[in-house]
Amino acid sequence: MTAPVLKIDSLQLRRGERVVLRDVDLEIGRGERVALMGLSGGGKTTVLRAVVALEAFDGGTIDVDGVALRPGPVPKESALRALRAKVGMVFQMHCLFEHLTALGNVTLAPVHVFGKDRASAEKRAHELLESLGAGHRHDALPRELSGGEAQRVAIARALAVDPPLLLMDEPTASLDPARRNELAVLLRELADQGRTLVVSTHDVDFARDFASRIVVLAKGEIVEQGPPSSILENPQHPETKRLLQGE
Amino acid sequence: MPHKSLALLALVAALSLPLFAEREPGVLRWGGDAEGGAPFVEADPADPSIVRGFDVAIAEAIAKRMGLKPRFVQVGYSSIDQSVERGDFEIGLSGVEDAPARRESRATTLPYFEFREVLTQRASDKVKAQSLAELRGKRVGTLGGTLAYDILMEKKDELALEVISYDDDVHPYEDLLQGRLDAVLLDHVIAARSQRRMKGLETLEQPVARGHYVAVLASGDRALRDRVDDALRAMMRDGELERIFRSWDCWDDGQRDLYARLLGGSVPPPFEIEGAPATAANPAATTPAPRPKVRIASYIPSLFRAAVITIVLSCVAMLLAVALGIAIASGRIYGGPVTRLLLTMYVEVMRGTPLLLQLFVIYYGLSAVVKLPAFVAALLGLGLNYAAFESEIYRGSLQAIPRGQLEAARTLGLTEGQVFRLVRAPQALRLALAPMTNDFVALLKDSSLVSVITVVELTKQTSILASNVGSWLVPGLLCAAMYLAMSLPLARLAGTLEERWKVRT
Repeated sequence: MTAPVLKIDSLQLRRGERVVLRDVDLEIGRGERVALMGLSGGGKTTVLRAVVALEAFDGGTIDVDGVALRPGPVPKESALRALRAKVGMVFQMHCLFEHLTALGNVTLAPVHVFGKDRASAEKRAHELLESLGAGHRHDALPRELSGGEAQRVAIARALAVDPPLLLMDEPTASLDPARRNELAVLLRELADQGRTLVVSTHDVDFARDFASRIVVLAKGEIVEQGPPSSILENPQHPETKRLLQGE
Repeated sequence: MPHKSLALLALVAALSLPLFAEREPGVLRWGGDAEGGAPFVEADPADPSIVRGFDVAIAEAIAKRMGLKPRFVQVGYSSIDQSVERGDFEIGLSGVEDAPARRESRATTLPYFEFREVLTQRASDKVKAQSLAELRGKRVGTLGGTLAYDILMEKKDELALEVISYDDDVHPYEDLLQGRLDAVLLDHVIAARSQRRMKGLETLEQPVARGHYVAVLASGDRALRDRVDDALRAMMRDGELERIFRSWDCWDDGQRDLYARLLGGSVPPPFEIEGAPATAANPAATTPAPRPKVRIASYIPSLFRAAVITIVLSCVAMLLAVALGIAIASGRIYGGPVTRLLLTMYVEVMRGTPLLLQLFVIYYGLSAVVKLPAFVAALLGLGLNYAAFESEIYRGSLQAIPRGQLEAARTLGLTEGQVFRLVRAPQALRLALAPMTNDFVALLKDSSLVSVITVVELTKQTSILASNVGSWLVPGLLCAAMYLAMSLPLARLAGTLEERWKVRT
């Protein structure tokens, strides 16, 4: 494995008295496709949110391609500029900016955060949308997009500044099976281009199609991890078994 | 069908019931304004539920001589003419001035008191004008809708006067002392009263004009008016009027001469300007020559000018309210606990107290600290008040933007300021547009309140016009049309914007 793109060391996160994440260790290399699995409340989404500094944590470190996050309050956004160039995030509900077109959503960060000129940002955005199969919708407002289209725009927005790491939270939640397969293919292509993908999901079929590694989180701890074949065919931990039975 | 006819009968019976206060046999209802104060009509300091004053005494004496029981009806001074005509009371008596328009449109009685329009200035001023002509280019205040106001408006262009109209007769003298005015022109009864109340005023002996107080009745009540006139003549003859005015320290030779003239059978003109040729009005005429019919048309330019004041005032006040409202809303969302507490207090105080009161405080209350020009005070009052309402709209709209979008913006690297400017505010503005339009229309109409601090805007100008033509009908319709002409395009603009934003960014 080459130098890890994401390295999480004994991550601790509490909300009041409740322990949300307990000693989470995770190392993910370039080009890996990781599915974070687990039942609801297991801590999948919290891990992703901590990595993009939306969530303060209490112990451990997170290193994203050389940019380190420390415990304590979330730093000011101006201090996180380096992190923002390293990791993009796609939210479960997409959270597109409702007042901007698809193109406007994708170009916002390159223009206003990274100071690119609008013309080149738009050119790049068009290419991205095209490669994700949403090129024809560049002029549409979010409310005019279907769920799948909105997701592709959200992916384009997260990739606009070309971060090596892409996080996605429950991407299959609103997709039918056909769209789910398309998404798995699309994400594999992105990984083939050298991006690292970490996706939270409890969709076993999707994880099988998409992942090169499955990490199972239960009650804030990593209980099991490995390639899909071993985890899905031969689960060891009771939580993993419950997860698969629930399917 | 017997049931139907019964129901009809009941309906007719119900309709014939006195739904509104009506004439009652044996009672003479008279209207006056206790806010006008002594010596006209004031609430008795010993028992505020009853009124006293020379107008009260005269009304009671008239009723007595007619064998009726007097009953007082409180009415705003500027509404006496309208109120008497619609039958709220039979006779209005509260320092009502004799005027050609009033003689024409109502039944007015014989004059019962002669007043002199006199100029009051600051005692401390080294150089004092000795006549109206010497006040060239100065600011002169008076009570709106009075003879004094008409005289000033008449001389306005000739003497380049700046005429300031007030809704009451106390604030002109206060503003004179404050230096906001150079002189006040009002009748000698009011001038003398203000000198008793305030130090530092000096009134010229030489009057600018002479006028009279009359009682006013509805235009259809000429028979009743004649009976009142008989009572007044009897009171002039037997000295009852003299006794009443003496008890209020208002008796002088002017009244003796007036009564002599009246009892001799001649009716003086409504007013006489000092030094003007007697041909201005025929002293013998009971009713003056009918006034030219172009009267309302000649007021239209002034209505337009007043409408411009309303528009400018509303637009600038709204801009202020929007800017301040955004600042308050952001402060309440992003600020620390102290900022939030202070801003919340501001919003609650401004929303929870009447705009009218705020205008008074800003213009008159603060005048000891900072003497704001009336227009600036009006702008501030409206702007500061509406900022509280705007801020609540913006706060709600800002909070309506889903948190997910704000977080997504942060994961893209936008700073807090950029999230606000590029993501949150633009969407909030779209949500706020409809309620903002609503508020702007409300502000447009609320701007009429600033007339209490001497700004003559559309409604004030209309009421001046109405009191001159003696009817609210045409001026009221004109005024309403002008307000609509201002507010409808606004609604249209807002609609267009909403439509555009719905489809495109």
